[in-house]
Amino acid sequence: MHKLIIAAAALVAGLSMAPAAQAAEAGAHVERQAWSFGGIFGTYDTNQLQRGFQVFREVCSSCHGAHLLAFRNLMEEGGPEFSEAQVRALAAEYEVADATADGGRRAAVPADRWPSPFASDQDARDANGGSLPPDFSVLAKARGVKDPFPTWVFNYFTAYQEGGPDYIHALLNGYHDEVPEDAPHGSDGAPFQLPDGKHYNDYFPGHAIGMGPPLSDGVVEYAEAENGTTVPHTLEQYSTDVAAFMMWMAEPHLVSRKQTGFAVLIFLVLFAGLMYGTKRKLWSGIEH
Amino acid sequence: MSEHSTYVPGNAVEKWLDDRLPVVRFAKEHLMDFPTPKNLNYWWTFGAILVMCLGVQIVTGIILAMHYTPNVALAFDSVEHIRRNVSGGRVIQATHAVGASMFFVALYIHMFRGLFYGSYKAPREILWILGVVIFLLTTATAFMGYILPWGQMSFWGATVISNIFSAIPLVGDSIKQLVLGGFAVGNPTLNRFFSLHYLLPFIIAAVVALHIWALHVPGNNNPVGVEVKDSRDTVPFHPYYTMKDLFAMVVFMIPFAWFVFFAPDILGHPDNYIMANPQVTPAHIVPEWYLLPFYTILRAIDFNILFIDSKLGGVIAMGGAMLCLLIVPWLDTSKVRAGTFRPMFKWFYALFVINFIALMYLGAQEAAEPYTTLAKVCTAYYFLYFLVILPVLSRIETPKPLPTSISESVLGKAHA
Repeated sequence: MHKLIIAAAALVAGLSMAPAAQAAEAGAHVERQAWSFGGIFGTYDTNQLQRGFQVFREVCSSCHGAHLLAFRNLMEEGGPEFSEAQVRALAAEYEVADATADGGRRAAVPADRWPSPFASDQDARDANGGSLPPDFSVLAKARGVKDPFPTWVFNYFTAYQEGGPDYIHALLNGYHDEVPEDAPHGSDGAPFQLPDGKHYNDYFPGHAIGMGPPLSDGVVEYAEAENGTTVPHTLEQYSTDVAAFMMWMAEPHLVSRKQTGFAVLIFLVLFAGLMYGTKRKLWSGIEH
Repeated sequence: MSEHSTYVPGNAVEKWLDDRLPVVRFAKEHLMDFPTPKNLNYWWTFGAILVMCLGVQIVTGIILAMHYTPNVALAFDSVEHIRRNVSGGRVIQATHAVGASMFFVALYIHMFRGLFYGSYKAPREILWILGVVIFLLTTATAFMGYILPWGQMSFWGATVISNIFSAIPLVGDSIKQLVLGGFAVGNPTLNRFFSLHYLLPFIIAAVVALHIWALHVPGNNNPVGVEVKDSRDTVPFHPYYTMKDLFAMVVFMIPFAWFVFFAPDILGHPDNYIMANPQVTPAHIVPEWYLLPFYTILRAIDFNILFIDSKLGGVIAMGGAMLCLLIVPWLDTSKVRAGTFRPMFKWFYALFVINFIALMYLGAQEAAEPYTTLAKVCTAYYFLYFLVILPVLSRIETPKPLPTSISESVLGKAHA
């Protein structure tokens, strides 16, 4: 059976060597970032999630919704872990639609979902030159990076699940003011044509993205930490923080999921060892 | 094989029950005393593992159905609701989703074990055919289950696959409309797929019962493929195989848990985290990995054959690929069961396994060269293996001498 496995591996390797030219359309290669929540031991960085939330709230949320995010999620364990008082105060700053309230609107409470910036998808399109800003709730898991052959095999063993935040980080850093020289040519050989109202991005499929560069150095003012340390007010920092926050939004139970996983796996391995010992003892008198 | 009961009712109540409904006797005969060849290797544990998989899917599925809403406007968010707000929901949902993949891992290993050790040969043809029926039902169930989260791949996978029906001449479009409940995939489709997805596992369970019944008439095949001669060749199912199967199940749960807790989304597709949108077609529609070999065969026929257009040709090829399995007991007429004793068969079988993996790989690739040519080559080998190689090998191959009994083969191994 070993021969079979080796032969199969060799064949798959052979198959995947042949074509490498197909990646041109999909966009530039996305660099993997060192996420605190990456790998099997990874957990969210509370401070980073709080900063990411700030970027989301001050910049992204003016166009992007997050209809599955409840205010109360922001104080849950394993998330940004704001205090209950902070979350109540935050929610009170927002209004939500409520058919049973006077006038149909009332101040939000922690149980409410994050209010959408537009009343409907059509309103959102009308306000954004025809492009629909996608909802952020699970967006970090709805994007990914397609790895070439040997890499994706290793992903099963390293549990690499951070393609979404990697892509979001790359996208936010992938804007060009002008169409670059190395932009792909059309199938007829004509130079790249950027439609009106679109922006050139290295990583967006097709390169013409409706969203203008949303972040740039200094647009968000991070508060200084109690011990006086600061994080840089740079595009790189903002994009990393907001991508981490979006991953948390898409996967809010990641930390407890992995914690449970360790307990389950350790139990299963020990249990399997005991089962094997029992099985051997039982079969020791049988020639088989 | 029914003459092996050692059951003696222990008391008056058991005696009373035994005279009316001998369930205890039945359980003792079939779950405990059942004589099982003592030389079964670990490839034989996947039957028990599959029973576990079906159980896990049914239990988690019933709980998911308590929280899921089969409506195009609500389905996507209701799955997220399960992950986010239902107690334990994220584990139950991940177990169900990963469980489908693990089910197919076990299913394919179980089938390839049967193909190597000739477990489909007389007197086990019905056992094998019931197994193929379970495979087809499971495929249908998994396909319909994948529609329920109502993501982009759910929707477009259903759209592509349901087009298969429209290839059937004359009645194709009517059948497609009947299956979908309309002209395109929509709310009626989601509702009926949910209903059928809940129904089919219980039908599978019933066929599994028949499958085990058909197993318990001739008894297990075994790695040397020689029939059981006397009681020295066998051990009682319990405790020997219950213990071995339980151990194998626990080992199988380790990669299962790995995916559930550390990489629950790695077996899926990111596009399925985007809610279904009939107006936006994903750049690259791929079915789940376990359907890929047959999807490749479907796509490999991209040319017309006489009056059969390429679409119908693909459907015929895909259906044929599954039907080949049903008739394999009559294609492979070699008297020797186990591949171990068949010097030529071994190599063609190894190539068949590699070919199947290649078909799976090709199904996930774009329809471009060199994939399209490779897909045709691999599809050709798939059919050659069943329709030409197996029948011809049965006639020309000289098998190695078989041991006279299971006991002899076991002793030979022990003293080698």
